[in-house]
Amino acid sequence: MRYSGLRVIKEALTGHKGWGAAWRDPDPQPAYDYVIIGGGGHGLATAYYLAKIYGQKRIAVLEKGWIGGGNVGRNTTIIRSNYLLDGSEPFYEFSLKLWEGLEQDLNYNAMVSQRGILNLIHSDAQRDAFIRRGNAMILNGADADLLTTAQIKERYPFLNTDNARFPIKGGLAQHRGGTVRHDAVAWGYARAADKLGVDIIQNCEVTGFLIEDGVCKGVETSRGTIKAGKVASCVAGSSSRVMAKAGMRLPIESHVLQAFVSEGLKPVLPGVITFGAGHFYCSQSDKGGLVFGGDIDGYNSYAQRGNLPVVEDVCEGGMAIFPMLGRARLLRMWGGIMDMSMDGSPIIDRTHIERLYFNGGWCYGGFKATPASGYVYAHLLAKDEPHPTAIAYRFDRFNRGLMIDEKGMGNQPNLH
Amino acid sequence: MIINHPLLGPRDAAEFTYLGDAALIHRPDWAAPDALPQFTDYGYLRDNPAGLHRELWFHEGGDRSWLVVTRDTTTHEITSVELARDVARREGRST
Ligand SMILES: Cc1cc2nc3c(=O)[nH]c(=O)nc-3n(C[C@H](O)[C@H](O)[C@H](O)COP(=O)(O)OP(=O)(O)OC[C@H]3O[C@@H](n4cnc5c(N)ncnc54)[C@H](O)[C@@H]3O)c2cc1C
Repeated sequence: MRYSGLRVIKEALTGHKGWGAAWRDPDPQPAYDYVIIGGGGHGLATAYYLAKIYGQKRIAVLEKGWIGGGNVGRNTTIIRSNYLLDGSEPFYEFSLKLWEGLEQDLNYNAMVSQRGILNLIHSDAQRDAFIRRGNAMILNGADADLLTTAQIKERYPFLNTDNARFPIKGGLAQHRGGTVRHDAVAWGYARAADKLGVDIIQNCEVTGFLIEDGVCKGVETSRGTIKAGKVASCVAGSSSRVMAKAGMRLPIESHVLQAFVSEGLKPVLPGVITFGAGHFYCSQSDKGGLVFGGDIDGYNSYAQRGNLPVVEDVCEGGMAIFPMLGRARLLRMWGGIMDMSMDGSPIIDRTHIERLYFNGGWCYGGFKATPASGYVYAHLLAKDEPHPTAIAYRFDRFNRGLMIDEKGMGNQPNLH
Repeated sequence: MIINHPLLGPRDAAEFTYLGDAALIHRPDWAAPDALPQFTDYGYLRDNPAGLHRELWFHEGGDRSWLVVTRDTTTHEITSVELARDVARREGRST
């Protein structure tokens, strides 16, 4: 069924009885050409582009729980392409361009909202760094705009520009950045992939790999053995757990990141604001809640919940720059498990096991990457060579000294 | 999380900074013939288990000792805390 305004009116007049399920609920087949492990945003997008752009068939997405129950349903929904390094910026700009056409492509309202993102500046050194980053963005075809304090005050009058420790001295804006309804991204890709014949199999946990003579021939799952031409892992925070079943150790640690949402308010915050120096960022959802967060907790975790010191740190950062936050009540807080890589950048590559592929290491920034991650992973799976925007995301960059370390932190995952 | 420091008793985890897997105590021998692959593993690859994890914490806001904490990464429950110095001695890394 095609979704449209007309369809909404028709369904409204006929008691909403005609909508039906948005995707099928098939039992697993004994064999597929492609088995994708993980029904998050990236896995579903990979399946969609494999079928749509690369014309592949017999594709399954195996999800241990329900699709969208992982990080794609837990993130703070920010999209942007404000990266510095050559290994990253073309990829994230490709992603932002895909977001811009996503809803028409999928025939699904993902509430892509280019309301703009602003990174605050507090010192001369930070301004120099942000100007450099802005220029790198523009060189890669993205948009970047350096704002003065006066411009920021005009647009965001509620910001405390005179904080004693972190006075606001300007900001780097990307007006094409913004937010997207995160669940709708999972559902939109699922529905569109299902329409192209992809089997989305939920409650199907991958428990092992069938590896013969260094070649991956399929997976063991909680719903039986499934043979596959190619197997593609795409499980974000569970990357190390899943790849350990193939005997691999990864340049990844799993860490918990918390997020918060306030009660619904009238529109007060027109874009996304990041106060990096104070470990705080915030936007307002279409329902009215202020959605905010800060740093990862900083220790290995698979618990999907964090601890109070970071809650305090995030709220202190928020109050310093954004005093009106103190008048809002907190509605919910939660955590998700981040696949923090050793240089803060992702890996999309073949493994040393033939026909086994890997996509992970997204840290806290993989939501914005969803369309491009799916697209370039599908490219790698179909053609066995990397997409031009993802050539740097290799496993061997660590032993070759070719890290993509945006923050210059070194091999310390909790600092990226 | 409360870390039960062997010398100071129960302390708030916020007083500490976190380094990572306690296997980092075992720095490879720089003169070994296969030092390069060993250091690549040491620098970049991690077990990252879901379950019990032995890890290095530094008491930065306290007595500045290094600790080896055994913690369950699925529940955050801490089951043992030792001075890293004692662990390193026991494992033959220090005198
Ligand atoms: C609090 C928070 C805030 C964030 N904010 C942002 C943001 O503002 N902007 C941004 O760009 N990014 C953000 N991120 C990061 C982003 O959400 C992730 O990087 C991204 O969603 C990861 O890709 P995914 O959607 O495929 O992951 P997931 O949705 O986690 O998908 C992985 C799936 O694999 C499944 N799986 C695991 N093991 C198995 C198995 N053995 N068998 C079968 N299936 C398995 C899981 O159940 C899960 O559904 C945030 C994350 C969190 C937690």
